[in-house]
Amino acid sequence: MKGTEFLDQGKSKTFVDKIWDLLSSVKLAIVIFALISLTSVVGTILEQKAEPARNIQILGKIFGESLAPNLYTLFDKLGFIDMYHSWWFTGLLLLFSINIIICSMERLPRIWKLVKEPVEPLTEEKLKKFIINREVVLKGKPDKNRDAVSGVIKGARFRCLEVQEERGYQFYGQRGNYSRLGVYLTHFSILIILAGAIIGMRLGFNGFLNLPEGAVSNAAFSGMDKELPLGFDVRCDNFDVEFYGMSNMPKEYKSWLTIIKNGKEVLRKSIAVNDPLSFEGITFYQSSYGLVPDGINRGIFIFNVVSKTGSATTLNPRFGDTFQIPDTSITGKIADFSPALTIDEHGHASTYANQMNNPAVFIEFSESGKHKFSGWILKRHPETWQIPEGGRVEFIDYWGVEYTGLQVRKDPGVWVVYLGCITMSLGLFTAFFMSHRKMWVKLVEEKNNTRVIIGATSNKNRAAFERKIDKIISVLSKKQEGGK
Amino acid sequence: MDSSFFFGLSTMAYILAMMIYITYIAFKKEQIGILATTITILGFISQTLAIVLRWKEFADLSGMGFLRSAPLTNLYESLIFFVWCLILGYLIIEFKFKNRSFGAFVTPIAGLVLAFIDLTGVSKEIQPLVPALKSNWLLAHVSMSFIAYAAFALSFSTGLMSLIITAEKKNEASYIFWTVTLGLFVILLATMGIDFFTFKAKVRPEIFIHNYLFRTSFLHPSAAVNILSWILSIAVLFAIWRYGLVLKRVIAKFNVTPDMLDEITYKSIAVGFPIFTLGGLIFGAIWADQAWGVYWSWDPKETWSLITWFVYAFYLHGRTIRGWQGKKVAMVAVIGFMAVIFTYLGVNLLLSGLHAYGSR
Repeated sequence: MKGTEFLDQGKSKTFVDKIWDLLSSVKLAIVIFALISLTSVVGTILEQKAEPARNIQILGKIFGESLAPNLYTLFDKLGFIDMYHSWWFTGLLLLFSINIIICSMERLPRIWKLVKEPVEPLTEEKLKKFIINREVVLKGKPDKNRDAVSGVIKGARFRCLEVQEERGYQFYGQRGNYSRLGVYLTHFSILIILAGAIIGMRLGFNGFLNLPEGAVSNAAFSGMDKELPLGFDVRCDNFDVEFYGMSNMPKEYKSWLTIIKNGKEVLRKSIAVNDPLSFEGITFYQSSYGLVPDGINRGIFIFNVVSKTGSATTLNPRFGDTFQIPDTSITGKIADFSPALTIDEHGHASTYANQMNNPAVFIEFSESGKHKFSGWILKRHPETWQIPEGGRVEFIDYWGVEYTGLQVRKDPGVWVVYLGCITMSLGLFTAFFMSHRKMWVKLVEEKNNTRVIIGATSNKNRAAFERKIDKIISVLSKKQEGGK
Repeated sequence: MDSSFFFGLSTMAYILAMMIYITYIAFKKEQIGILATTITILGFISQTLAIVLRWKEFADLSGMGFLRSAPLTNLYESLIFFVWCLILGYLIIEFKFKNRSFGAFVTPIAGLVLAFIDLTGVSKEIQPLVPALKSNWLLAHVSMSFIAYAAFALSFSTGLMSLIITAEKKNEASYIFWTVTLGLFVILLATMGIDFFTFKAKVRPEIFIHNYLFRTSFLHPSAAVNILSWILSIAVLFAIWRYGLVLKRVIAKFNVTPDMLDEITYKSIAVGFPIFTLGGLIFGAIWADQAWGVYWSWDPKETWSLITWFVYAFYLHGRTIRGWQGKKVAMVAVIGFMAVIFTYLGVNLLLSGLHAYGSR
């Protein structure tokens, strides 16, 4: 990652030059990093887009009650209550982008030259000036050793060109010259990601849709009542929560959705958290759930009634309805419902949550107008399904009382963002884990023997390359001993 | 034998190793050094076994398959994994640089973390997962984040050491920086420790922090205790500032050079930064996109990981500016790890956000 700072060349600089120098400096980049970080800290302490009272409370805890209201006004004026969308934060990101672009424009031509520059054969004096330089003497003339040396170089996976010289040969080559571009690839990827984010903001939307079971909608919503037309209809066929054992901790929640386009059902899919549905660029994410306010009026019970003889019938009564148990003259009246029933030690029933955590229905059974028995039947407790006279009422579902909370998003920029992420990964990988290495191997005849001189350089991780060169030397000397 | 047996064994091994490493520095006997390394390696093997066992226990219990049952789903499991990465990173450095002195700096971090788990009563139970955590991204995102955190922790240790040994005068910025940092750390640990032993509160960490923190010192009902706490804190800061150079002489015995420390700091960050970018930020964004339909929502956890990313970007770019090598960038490395700690613990314990489930 070591770059070079550029020296001031001219003494008299115009104003434009000065601005250009400022925008192309690493120092500006560092100042921007610090500014984005420090302002973001404030943004994580103040709750973004929250009610004034909430943030006044937070400020009161930190600075004291008396200062809080005035401080809130100040932060509000400075745009800190929705800071990531404020003009100055956008300005910082813009300055960041300009800094990246100008830095690259300033440095890239020089780096490109380094990448493209071919390696040329060098003289012995020059080879000896490299920090990594080694020498070994092999028996026999260069002609005899040439193949062995070239083999070892190839074995080290270094592709070299060869040239015949006055008193021998020279192999020279380079590897990873393109790795010098890793830094620029990384910088460029930030621009791609920001571009993707802008595309998403301009051409996409982010909304929500609370869709009751059985309901159809052709739009999602954003904020209080802003409608976002979908261009098709979406229907929630069913919604269900699965819990861990008998606990109230949801294991999974699922919605069965149907997409209807021009009156035709075109797609059916069940979605869950981490498993969304996409249609025509719009994606539906399972995000929450809850009870429909007037659920009692629209809900339909699904009971599977099993008679004494074992024959099963599915019944769909509504709240307050009376139904008959097959093969008997017993009727049941749905008298009460609780989405989350709990019974305390005194036997009082109450509702403990505003969710369908433990749905229960109170049924009064009677025979020819006379009350026989009554009790709670719980969906999650099959032991309550049994009727004293034999047979049972299986509580399968209370359909239509729950809504599924969907996050609805259209973001044509997300693929650009992902492309930027891939570019960034590649850029970082090359920038940190690859290096530009050059190597020269010279074979010189000396008293019927061959002197091998190696000179090498690497822009990063010199120690590792040095070890590699040492290995080449040791392999060469071993071959020598073996050939005796 | 189950996972908790091996976890206990590794905790004991690391604490023992910490004491032996410190003895090694004092006496400089090769055999003591070898013993310290051996015990660390034994602890590491035992911890590896424990993690694998817990993974299997979780997979059997949840029935979600091996890939989704990585034991990285709550504070306890992630802290354990952090310690595991840290020790692995340390062993690599010990092997590569043939220097054991860092052990005395790294094993205490491992010991402190494990002690934090036991003292604060972080739940060790295997807990069922909330639906959002059931994803194949869990393993990639969390494991890579913690590998990066461990690399950053190493750079923090070496960065701090290099600040300590390069300090010459008591009025220079880098000296004041490290003494104050160390002083605040000591004060925070001491006050938290007193709070803990006074209230003996075995509650969830976030409840502890909201209801009990500093109630025995700075937030004590009596004004006298308040004032005394402040005076003592200032005294601690002053004492560390006054006698900090003693620590320099101790570390100078380690035969470490500022260049070597600078190199390890840089290399740890050079490994941590790309892994953090890919595993922490990018995989995190993809997962958020899958689960919530927003790849970036500026929630406190995301924002703090971005802040951490910028601090390390600051470090990497700062090194390329002439005159910024050495002390200045070492300070940035130290600040970087503080941002890491805040991203990981501070956000969950102090701020709220979508990620709040991580602290259960």
